Amino acid sequence: MSMTDHEKEGATMAWTPDQLRAQEGFRAFVDEAIVPFADLWDRDEHLPEGIVRALADRGCLGATIPTDLGGGGYDSATFGILCEEIGRGSASLLSLLTVHGMVCQALTIWGSDEQRAQWLPRLATGATLGAFALTEPNIGSDAKNVETTVTRLEDGSYRLDGKKKWISCGQIADLFLVFGQQEGKPVAFLVEKDRPGFSRAPLSGLLGFRAAMLAELTLDGCVVPEGNMVGRPGFGFTHVAGAALDHGRFCVGCGCVGLARGCLEACLDYTSQRKQFGVHLREHPLIQRMLTDMITHIEAARLLCVEAGVMKDARDPRSIMATSTAKYFASTMAARVASDAVQIHGANGCGQEYPVQRYFRDAKIMEIIEGSSQIQQTIIAKFGHLDHVRDQRARSRKGSRG
Amino acid sequence: METTVKIREFLEKFIRDADVADDEDLFATGLVTSLFAMHLVLFLEKEFGVKVDNRDLDFDNFRTINAIVALIEKKRATA
Repeated sequence: MSMTDHEKEGATMAWTPDQLRAQEGFRAFVDEAIVPFADLWDRDEHLPEGIVRALADRGCLGATIPTDLGGGGYDSATFGILCEEIGRGSASLLSLLTVHGMVCQALTIWGSDEQRAQWLPRLATGATLGAFALTEPNIGSDAKNVETTVTRLEDGSYRLDGKKKWISCGQIADLFLVFGQQEGKPVAFLVEKDRPGFSRAPLSGLLGFRAAMLAELTLDGCVVPEGNMVGRPGFGFTHVAGAALDHGRFCVGCGCVGLARGCLEACLDYTSQRKQFGVHLREHPLIQRMLTDMITHIEAARLLCVEAGVMKDARDPRSIMATSTAKYFASTMAARVASDAVQIHGANGCGQEYPVQRYFRDAKIMEIIEGSSQIQQTIIAKFGHLDHVRDQRARSRKGSRG
Repeated sequence: METTVKIREFLEKFIRDADVADDEDLFATGLVTSLFAMHLVLFLEKEFGVKVDNRDLDFDNFRTINAIVALIEKKRATA
């Protein structure tokens, strides 16, 4: 389906001709290779190897990796457009793009020269698929207190013991960025899938992201060389996970705009076809109100994502809060839009004939991953206070200077 | 001196007690959260045109305002 005028205006306001051309390509790819199959993947709880390969062949898996390491070197706006389009097609596939990108981002920023040279070219082509392993059976938002233990051995290598749960793409990833504690210090390690002591078990029957190939990981005396440590002991959470989560939040925020657009497009189609009380649904004022809210909120979320992207490219410290704000708004917006989309579809929205039930289930997950809405609320409110105190000090200094 | 002033101005946003001394342990202020850490790295890179990388991840490089200034000066000298 073509863009609405609102979408065209929103898209052209901040994007360059190159970015718009990229969007056209992403959009055609998603319409052809993802949209027709996303419901099937959801029902099968499986992402076919072919779609992962297609994503890799288009350069999507290396989108944000620097060009000198084999990546696409996309600017944040172009990457955001990619995430939006993939999110419109399949939240499960967006999940792969997200967690793979989080590993790429952590290595790009905090990897050693050897790690970057060894892994980023392979991650860029999709020869290696990455996944992010922070969450555990007992630890979700309280990520600084992960229970996975890291022990330094006499030969300088490290032994990892613990469990990781709800790991997106855990069934198919080749390389995991695993977080643990070494004598109370958060630390991050790369763990290859074939390391002795590493095993994984698929998780199924989830509410949403059903095709995201989630797994539970077990690290039972898994020994990795010192060269697999990313960053330094004590910096695993604040810096390595922080960089990865910041990237993930941007990806999810943009993906939520896409998910909501998928809902809107489904509703625009449905309300133009279905009649009740003798007129098309689109003629009913209460339906119009829901569509209006969808269009407005999607536009607002996209603008927050675009702003975050612009700040990211400028390496502006404000990008961190802009990204949190965009993720928070976009994910709560997507959940509301998806709920209204099911409402507009009525009983049809609850069945498998229409995609809105999948969007509804996936949208809920968006409010939980890469920092739940409650974590975002905590961060955003805290930062609001910090800003306020700084402004008061500045005004006070200005006043005292007379 | 100018580097110290800029870093102090940045830190003021995160420190309740704005009178922290240049050699005072920032970790003891409870300041170092992931939010702060990411802001600090981006601030240093943007403001001073340096690249903070994994070799710089040493608590002693970020423990005090003086230590951060020394890190910036070292990176500028070797750039």
